[in-house]
Amino acid sequence: MIKLENITKDYSNAGETVKVLKGITFTIKDGEFVAIMGPSGSGKSTLMHVLGALDTPTGGRYFLDEHDVSSYSQKDLAHIRKDKIGFVFQAFNLLPRATVLRNVALPLIYARVPKEERDKRAREALLSTGLSEDRFEHLSNQLSGGQMQRVAIARALVTNPSLILADEPTGNLDTQTGELVLETFKKLNAKGHTIILITHERDVAEHAQRIIHIRDGLVVKEEVSKN
Amino acid sequence: MRIADLLEETYTALSTNKARSALTILGIVIGIASVIAMTAIGQGAQASIESSITSAGANLLYVSPGQQRGVGVSVSAGRGSAQTLTQDDATAIQSSISLVKAVEPEVSRRYQITVKGGNTNTNVIGTTDAYPDVRNTQVAEGVFISSADLQNYNRVAVLGPTTVTDLFGEGSDPLGQKIRINNMEFTVVGVTAAKGGSGFQNPDDAVYVPLTTAQRYLSGDKYVSSIAVEAVDSESMTTVQQQITDLLLQRHNISDPTLADFSVINQADIVATASSVTGTFTILLASIAGISLLVGGVGIMNMMLTNVTERTREIGLRKAIGAEESDISMQFLLESVMLTFFGGAFGIILGWILAWGVQHFGFASTKVTLETVLLAFGVSAAIGIVFGYYPARRASKMNPIVALRFE
Ligand SMILES: Nc1ncnc2c1ncn2[C@@H]1O[C@H](COP(=O)(O)OP(=O)(O)OP(=O)(O)O)[C@@H](O)[C@H]1O
Ligand SMILES: [Mg+2]
Repeated sequence: MIKLENITKDYSNAGETVKVLKGITFTIKDGEFVAIMGPSGSGKSTLMHVLGALDTPTGGRYFLDEHDVSSYSQKDLAHIRKDKIGFVFQAFNLLPRATVLRNVALPLIYARVPKEERDKRAREALLSTGLSEDRFEHLSNQLSGGQMQRVAIARALVTNPSLILADEPTGNLDTQTGELVLETFKKLNAKGHTIILITHERDVAEHAQRIIHIRDGLVVKEEVSKN
Repeated sequence: MRIADLLEETYTALSTNKARSALTILGIVIGIASVIAMTAIGQGAQASIESSITSAGANLLYVSPGQQRGVGVSVSAGRGSAQTLTQDDATAIQSSISLVKAVEPEVSRRYQITVKGGNTNTNVIGTTDAYPDVRNTQVAEGVFISSADLQNYNRVAVLGPTTVTDLFGEGSDPLGQKIRINNMEFTVVGVTAAKGGSGFQNPDDAVYVPLTTAQRYLSGDKYVSSIAVEAVDSESMTTVQQQITDLLLQRHNISDPTLADFSVINQADIVATASSVTGTFTILLASIAGISLLVGGVGIMNMMLTNVTERTREIGLRKAIGAEESDISMQFLLESVMLTFFGGAFGIILGWILAWGVQHFGFASTKVTLETVLLAFGVSAAIGIVFGYYPARRASKMNPIVALRFE
């Protein structure tokens, strides 16, 4: 369960303070598929960094499964990320000179999973995203954008995290490939993963069960999706 | 992260940019190789000096005229300057100290030696029949000076092999030939076996004559320029040293030991002094080589910092998917240690080859010891840690968000 209470985030640059998040409060239950929507610069990525325990908020409280993450140290945040969270980044962020399998298995290295099991789990994760098996030994920079995004999704779910965060996962893809990726998220959600999808596109957000609209660092509207 | 995975990650990272890794390793290779080669030259010098000192004979003490001015300088300082020791002192040492095995007094000075068709300037040593035993010298041809020669003031001479060559040419037979020392005729009766010495007191380049003859015809007085005393074993060296001092003080009527007109030096002291000199020499050589090792270390640091900057996004990603600070710092630290490890290994091999070459082609004798190799290895690993630490720490402290946004 995710519970944000009046989360704020300031950035100070050269003595000037920019208030990016100005008091965000919402709750996301386990197993939900939620989209966070808002225009560019509204603070979506910043919010995702807080939700993903990559960054600590300036103010407010963030409870993740009853842990007050907002007061955690960098070391504890790393543990939380390793145990509970999978990221899909807008820019994929794959290791270019490593094979597809190696990229997907990378989080398991840090979880100290033995090699055979890592390979097995990486294959399973890749198959569940629909990437064809003959691509597994390719270097990740030899793939198309859509294939890269599947690899990135496989990497996010290989540790079987309770929460998957995706920042504009379809931003670099054509509509058709985007649909395929979103279907993958729906399947994952059906298996019980909580999914938070960040986007500025209405069509994409509609795939979620619930849409949280933010603007200028504040929640302006929450709605239940039409489907 | 498990060790095997850490090694695999490190290997992948280093092999991604092979040329850069190889050049960085080269810096360490040169540094380690020069440390190994320089130390080998220093230690080779040390070994050869020690062996030439000990080849002069075992368990030796040297008594020389004049005051002791510190070990080392006094080896030859007294020669010819003060005249306080006599043949009688030598006889007294032999007869009244029981731990003395043999005594060899000598008077030595350089003279011009002439033969028909040749001449040379070399050390003429007036000595006794005890010389071959005490000084560990063999006679290759003919005989050495006998007690009869000493009694009868015979004008006979035994030549070192180098002197033979200088006077008569390579491979000639000098036995029975006449040589002139200080315009006095001597008959060659023997040639000593080569000892392979070098330097200021080369036993192969010398003319040995009876002590009595030398005193009567060459120096013209009763003094000796040094007395070599051989103790029965190495344990009794200090006792003998003290007993000689006491005996000579008494014989010379000196009550204050600080005013002694002679000095007694232990062979071990000479070895120790020579070792400390060559030790300093070795350290000096190794330090000069160490500077290039330092430069290699700076090269490692430079490469690792570039590496960290280039891989900022990768670091951010690794952190996002669960790497802890220790995982990141270990990864980068291991990269630099791996570089210095290979640099060290290749450096040791290259240094060894260099040291071998220096000896093989006759520039200097060298000696590569296990300690040097282990030390070099340790130093190169330490360089990897020291110069890799800062870049690794910088990588591990990166904020994952800043790193992910890095272009
Ligand atoms: N490190 C930072 N220092 C200063 N300002 C920052 C920093 N990171 C983000 N911001 C500012 O915070 C605001 C929100 O940025 P954020 O990336 O969260 O927007 P976004 O909603 O994800 O936009 P987009 O849809 O374009 O990705 C922007 O005005 C940005 O300039
Ligand atoms: Mg964004």
